[in-house]
Amino acid sequence: MTRLISLVALFALWQIAAHFANPRLLPAPMAVLAAMRSEAASGALFQALGVTLARVAAAFLLAMAVGSAIGYAMGRNALIDRAADTWVIVLLNLPALVIIVLAYIWVGLNEAAAIGAVALNKLPVTVVTIREGVRALDTRLDEMAHVFSFSPLKRLAHVVAPQLAPYFAAATRAGLSLVWKIVLVVELMGRPNGVGFEINTAFQLFDVPLLLAYALPFTAIMLVIETFAVQPFERHVSRWRPRAA
Amino acid sequence: MSRVGDRVRLEARVARKSFRTASGQSVSVLANLSFALEEGETGALIGPSGCGKSTLMRILAGLDRDFEGSVHLPIHGRVGMVFQEPRLLPWRSVEDNVRLAAPNISETEVAALFAALGLSDHRTHFPGELSVGLARRTALARAFAVRPTLLLLDEPFVSLDAPLARQLQRDLARLVESRGMITVLVTHDLDEAIALADRIFVLSARPRMWWTKYGLRPPARR
Repeated sequence: MTRLISLVALFALWQIAAHFANPRLLPAPMAVLAAMRSEAASGALFQALGVTLARVAAAFLLAMAVGSAIGYAMGRNALIDRAADTWVIVLLNLPALVIIVLAYIWVGLNEAAAIGAVALNKLPVTVVTIREGVRALDTRLDEMAHVFSFSPLKRLAHVVAPQLAPYFAAATRAGLSLVWKIVLVVELMGRPNGVGFEINTAFQLFDVPLLLAYALPFTAIMLVIETFAVQPFERHVSRWRPRAA
Repeated sequence: MSRVGDRVRLEARVARKSFRTASGQSVSVLANLSFALEEGETGALIGPSGCGKSTLMRILAGLDRDFEGSVHLPIHGRVGMVFQEPRLLPWRSVEDNVRLAAPNISETEVAALFAALGLSDHRTHFPGELSVGLARRTALARAFAVRPTLLLLDEPFVSLDAPLARQLQRDLARLVESRGMITVLVTHDLDEAIALADRIFVLSARPRMWWTKYGLRPPARR
């Protein structure tokens, strides 16, 4: 309810600001809605959203899978941790733009370079988060699993995974917002379609309503994913925690 | 443990067990211990804090292999253990915690075990919702559920109030007697040792390698 009121307040503020501002710089909400409607009618909006979402999903899944595996290995093995730590720090501090430009130069202006560059940007964040989780694993439960002869698979599913779930959720949340921001940059720089490409077009035409017509629905979709997928997942994995009185 | 004739025996011999401190010094915790227990027997390890009782339990459980000596376990021997803390999986219900350790247990067995330990009403509860006593009962149920040949109990009743501890001791004694297994109990409570054990082994703190044993035959149990 508070969320809804704050959202309405945001639109009200926008409406008031648009009233005083140059409409070319800040169009009123209705103008943006009109642009959105015409883009939707031609199908261009949905096509761009679909393409961008597919890229977000691919880069996100790739980074989560590879990052979790590396983070797990680093958390479990001190030698691997020492060997890979410097690489992770370099990757963490390498500007996203550098990775994107190098990927396009080395791999070419194609889908693999685009998705790979985004995944590489998110990878170190996942590695560091999952490594933290692995370091915090309860060795007493490990010993219990050992004494009761749990198989490696059973140990992973019932002892390790539930302990890592909160870290996984944190990596998901931080990763999703990071990935979709970088996907737009990648699209702007080297893809012929997607929300980032459309925003570039709007920028060339100096068409702010068109720009917002693409940016807002995409933001809304990410908000929906956060609210209806990420948060329920977090609640699900922490359902066993006794609720605070 | 090995089979001698028909009987399962636990044979443990620890020539030396030492830890390396942060400064690199080697500190001896256990030395020159050897003991054996027969099928159906309960041995109690008793002694002050820091005398190496828990270390010895970890060796018997196979959690610590860095020692000089040997522990004979049967090839298909199953170990059930109750740790000082219940060590339940907090994200699994009471019943799931038991079933994960003993996947082949039948519904009848689960029901009987839960009834014997007063857990029947708590099957679906998560460990975080249990009292300390119920959590310990669950840990006991899990250890019994695997039908162990060797049952290890590391101060299973520590920090429980006396009446509750006595009640659990009675429940435990009944379960131990109904099964032919080898039980090793660590305690610092002599009453508990006398109530539950056939044989009592005393470990002293200083010097650490001093080791005595008393044979006990409680009339109630023979």
